[in-house]
Parts: sequence; structure tokens; C-alpha cells
Amino acid sequence: MNPAGTIARRPRGTPPAPVSPFPYHPGSLLSALDLSVEEVGRLLRRATELEREDPLVRDRILIKRRIALLFYESSTRTRTSFELASKALGADTALISSLSSSIEKGESLKDTGLTLRALGAEAIILRHNASGAPWLLEEATRLPVVNAGDGMHEHPTQALLDLRTILGHLRPGVDAVGPETLAGVTVSITGDILHSRVARSNMLLLPRLGARVLLCGPKELLPELAANAASGVEIERDFENALRQSQVVMMLRIQAERLAGLQLDLDEYKANYQLTGQRLAAHAPQALVLHPGPIIRGLEITAGVADGPQSAILRQVTNGVAIRMAVMERALTAAQGGRA
Amino acid sequence: MTAIAILNGRLIDPAAGVDAAKDILFKDGRVAEIAGAGKLKGKNGAEVLDAAGLIVAPGLIDMHVHLREPGQGYKETIATGTAAAAAGGFTSVAAMPNTSPVNDSAEVTRWMQSPERGGAVRVFPIAAATRGSKGESISDYAALKAAGAVAVSDDGKPILKDSVMREALAAAARVGLTVIQHAEDTRLTQGASMNLGPVSFRLGLRGMSNDSESLIVERDIRLVAELRDAHPHLHVAHTSTAAALTAVRQARRNGLRVTCEVAPHHFLLTDEHVGLYNTHAKMCPPLRSAADRDAMIEGILDGVVDAIATDHAPHATHEKEVEFEQAPNGVIGLETALGLSLRWLHGEWKMPLGRVLSLLSAQPAALLGLKGRGTLAVGSLADAVVFDPKAEWTYRAAESKSKAKNTPFDGWPMLGKVRWTIGEGRIAYAGA
Repeated sequence: MNPAGTIARRPRGTPPAPVSPFPYHPGSLLSALDLSVEEVGRLLRRATELEREDPLVRDRILIKRRIALLFYESSTRTRTSFELASKALGADTALISSLSSSIEKGESLKDTGLTLRALGAEAIILRHNASGAPWLLEEATRLPVVNAGDGMHEHPTQALLDLRTILGHLRPGVDAVGPETLAGVTVSITGDILHSRVARSNMLLLPRLGARVLLCGPKELLPELAANAASGVEIERDFENALRQSQVVMMLRIQAERLAGLQLDLDEYKANYQLTGQRLAAHAPQALVLHPGPIIRGLEITAGVADGPQSAILRQVTNGVAIRMAVMERALTAAQGGRA
Repeated sequence: MTAIAILNGRLIDPAAGVDAAKDILFKDGRVAEIAGAGKLKGKNGAEVLDAAGLIVAPGLIDMHVHLREPGQGYKETIATGTAAAAAGGFTSVAAMPNTSPVNDSAEVTRWMQSPERGGAVRVFPIAAATRGSKGESISDYAALKAAGAVAVSDDGKPILKDSVMREALAAAARVGLTVIQHAEDTRLTQGASMNLGPVSFRLGLRGMSNDSESLIVERDIRLVAELRDAHPHLHVAHTSTAAALTAVRQARRNGLRVTCEVAPHHFLLTDEHVGLYNTHAKMCPPLRSAADRDAMIEGILDGVVDAIATDHAPHATHEKEVEFEQAPNGVIGLETALGLSLRWLHGEWKMPLGRVLSLLSAQPAALLGLKGRGTLAVGSLADAVVFDPKAEWTYRAAESKSKAKNTPFDGWPMLGKVRWTIGEGRIAYAGA
């Protein structure tokens, strides 16, 4: 790539890479990378404790604290999960969705955030169709912001609840995590990796606990450079090869709304990548099957597998409430001025 | 008209082959006399500028700026943009036509040059290569040139159709104008907001491939070769990829008149500088990989790059305070080009001062055919920058003379501070 073809004139130095221009609020959770392994462990422990806690004691924790749920995209499970988690801790929640607010009239994310803050919001849970939107909101409001999914970028609480589901199955009773907790475990993620924020957050979280992440899918949905995005991540194009190596099989939906003109032959896709009962029995009879939802039965996964004994899809949903209780407690009780 | 005598400075005039202690006298807007230190004859009555310890060089020329007038005065005006230019040592700027309306007419071309615009330094319009910059039919190059246009371009957009680009090159060659191409195959960059690579994947942003630039450069060079007998001049704007630079290098070896410019952000920054969705690091072409950035440096050092141009692209603060994909492309650059070039090209990569200054003055003057500029030879226009080559300072965007503050270089250390900028014999900027 060096057009001059000379080594002698290599530049001596180049400007340094940038550092984050603003300190996060310590309660914010924008990326899975924001959490150290110790912090992940603390959240997992608190999720379990909060889940077991007497509801009448639990709802004193964030009593009357004000949490805004700002949703620019439709959502069933994430929105309800955050709302129930917040309310379980006693917080007041307000839902603002793009279709019934001034966002429709052209209000910017910055102005919407400042308005919510002026209304008394103490934390904002944001779901947005643009990658990076939570950083903009955090910079504008300096409130704790929790990323509930931004564009094609990240969905950190999903990765945490996936981790809780995996640990519950493979490491029952283990309540401390470290860099070796998932050593020897291969998690395959199959499907529309390119457009998936769930895949990105899991890629950034699971390898730090020792897991090997295997990405699987056609080139259109899984570019080669995905393997460079995080360490501990590899690509395996052959689905059955991937299944044979996996203790955890995570399936993803094809995100039709983000394909941007990309043409896919769905019959060919199903032939190569659909998780069927037959494939599962032949290649991964012991594996745990995960899916972040929404599932499209008959496309990436058959109804039989989704409802079958290896599926933990509904357990993931249940775990989501516990994880989000821990995340919202952290959001509103973390001390300002430096994060762990 | 008053006269100005600049005494005790080190005159560096690459076009004239001068690098020596000289006194210089400007009279009636032109260079009247150059003499050894203390030997200037006609300095009586002249305003004296003491340039002891300073470098006196031809006024800088930026062949690629956006001044936003007519039509977008909330982003920048010709007055504010040229004030920033003067503060950065520039005495001439070539303004791109993506205004509102698009500058595809002699009328707008003249309007931009009118004294009523309040320009602090000279503005040379670059007119639209096609009507409305729609890429369909070429504009009237003879009329535009007569009105003062120095080149044609649809900058911000490429001329995609082969037939239209061929016609533009041929028609421009007939009247002696350069065609400046914004090389981007927009069919390949739909919805993309940064460079395609591991960083764009990690950030979940759609990326622009290197091909989207180099394929257009290669196509344009084929057209120049086909039209070889008409001697067209193709200039590639804001080159950002190694492949595009390789194509330009090869075209020159083949005897074609193909030139290119590189912007400071492309020889200093990489897509890593997008950081966490910093919209002040969003421009088109985007910040590329480290390999491409290094190729820009190599190209500057080995001479295939003909000019440093800023692509100064002001935007209002509220326009950049939005989601990354929604933010407009572009960064300002007039006040940082000299300080960055001196610090990095000269200070770090040991490029001789004369060569750095040539890329910022003599060479762009030659590319645009600006007569009497880019040199301080006796008789040429009295366009000069006087700067302290040793002064280190920190750029503060908030203090910019530009209306806009959208720069990735806020807080960056600079080398070389402008003391005076003199445009056609008048002091356009006096720094501390």
C-alpha cells in the first residue's frame, strides 16, 4: 500500500489517537466496553440479589427517582423489561416514543434530552436508530444514559442478560466471574452480524470472560473485517462446523429494515443457516440455544427449536429484567466523578 | 497607496529560488524592491514592519475552500471566511461553487468577487462544471472564465457520467481551465458516513470503500488519456487513498496533466480519530486507514502531491450537534493549515521549509494560473505572509475568525505563528 515503495522516508511520528473528549457519567452504560470484568461481576451479583429481594423492600431502592425511557425505535421486550425493572425498584418512569412526541416535529436529540432533564429526569434509557446516539445524548445532558440499542452499534444490557443466561446454564451456582470463567466455551453467533448491535456487544463482552466467539453467516451479512473488531472473535462460514464447536448457539434475525437495498436469497439463506431440529440434533445436541428476539419462526430458526428443550429464549427475557434492575440501580447510585 | 517595507526578515520565495536575509518593499500593491538587509532604497515614507527572526514568504493560496455565500451566510460569509484565511496566512482562496444558488453563472461568479462582500483577501471563484452541479450538462466555461472563474468543479458531488466528464475536460481545455473532480462513486457510498474498515464495523456505521474514490480517479485519467491531444488538465480534489495517489503518479509518468491536492486532516488523521462519533471528524472523503494516511505523507514528501488545500467547510454548531450519520460533511481548516504543515511536514518529517511553503503558495498558484501570485519576485502582487517559524501555540477553535468552529484540531499544538498577512499591499491580518 506504499506507493513510494520506500522505507527510508517512513514518517517519524504521527499524531496520537484520540482520547474520549468528555468524562462519562459513572452511572452511564453506553458500551459493553464501559464495564470492567469486576463491574460485570458486580452487576451479575446484584441482579441475583435484586431478583430474590422482597418486592416491598426492593421498591425502596429507587423510590420516586425519575427515569425517562426515550425510544426512537419500536420495541417490545427491551422497553417493557427496562420499565418493569425500573418500577420494581420504585422509580417513576415516563415513556417518550418518537411517534407521539415533538421528535415528530423535528426536535433534535439534544433538545429532547435537555427537555427531559428540565422535566426532572435523573436518567435516560435510550433506544435509537442511529449508531452513537447515546454519546450525543450523554454529552448534551450529562445525565446517566443507558444504551438500550443504538443503530447497528451496541446493546450492552442484552449482552449482560445473555451472559447471565449462559452462566446459569454452564456455570450454575457460580456467582463470581473473572477472565477465565468461560474458558473453553465457544459461543457461535449466526445470522445478520453486520447489522446486529447484539452481536457487537456480545463480541466485546464474552471474550473478556474467556469465551471464544465464532461468527457465522454469508459474506453479505458478515464481512471479513468483523473478525478484526475485537480479540477472541473468529469467523466460521460453515454453519454446521460452527454448531459442532459450540456450547452456546445464538441465532440472529435478518434485519430487513437495515438491509439498505441488499438483496438476499432467503431460500438459500434458510438452506445454509436455518437452525432446524435436525441440524441441532446432529451437530449440537447439548448446546444452549439463544436468540435476542424478535424471532422470525421459519426463517432463521424453526418453531420446533425455538420452543424446544434446548431453547433458553424465554429465560433470556426473564433474565433481562434482573439485569436491568442492576443496571438502573447502578445508573442512579453511582457516584459522580470517576468510574470504577 | 501606502508602501510597506518589511525589514530584517528571512525571505523564502521557492518559485524565485530565494532563501536569504532580505528587505522587501511593497508599493501600489506590488513588490517594488528587494535588497540585502539594510540596503532598501525606496523605503522613505513606507510603513515599516520589523521581521527580525521571522520568515517572509509569498501569501498562502488555498485552492479549495467553501465560503458558503451566496445563500448560506449562517454557516460562513465571504467576510468571515476570508478573515479566517488572513489569520491563517492566506492571501488567496479559491471558493467552491456548492452555494445556494450553485455558482454556475457569470453573475454569481462576479457577485462573489465584488468588494461589497467585504473579503479580507482575494477570492477566486471555482465555477460549477455542470449546470446546477447536477452532472447532466456542462456550464458555459468561456463566460465563467471571463467573469473570473479559475477552474470548474462540482465539488461535493462527482461528475459520474463518462460522457459528461469527457465533455467537461474537453471544453475546459479549450478555454484553458482546470477540471477539479471530487472523486467519489456515490453509487458505492449510499448511506455511508465514514471510511469502510474495522473501525466502521465496530462503530456500526456504514463505510465508504477506497474503491469509491480510486475508481473515479482511474476513470477520469482514462478520459484524460483519450483526450490527450486536447491537453486537458484534471485536478483531483482532497485525495485520501493510496490507490488514487498511485493512479495520479502513473498518469504523470504517462505524460498526462493530472494533479492532486491533499488536506491536512488526510495527512494527519485516521478513521480512529472518529473516536466516539465525533462529528468534527466527519468529512467527505472520510478519514482513512493509517496505511492511507501514511501514503498521503509519502506522496507529499516525494512530490506527487501538488498542493496542500484545506477543504475549509464551515457548518453551524447546531448542524454538527446531531447523530453522526445525520451530521453534514466537512471541517474548517484555514487557520490551522500552516501551523500543522510546519509542525508535522517540516518539524516531524523534515521537509524543507521552502517545499512546505511551495505546496501552500507557488504550486497552487501555478495549478490555477494565478498570475503574479505565489511568488514575491519584483513586479508580482504584494501578497505575503510574515510568520515566526519557531513560535509554538495552541489552536483554540472558540477564537476562530470563522463563523464555524467545526474542527478536529481544537486544542492541538501548532508550530509557526502568523505575524502579518499582507494582501495586495494592504495588511489583512496583524497577529500578536
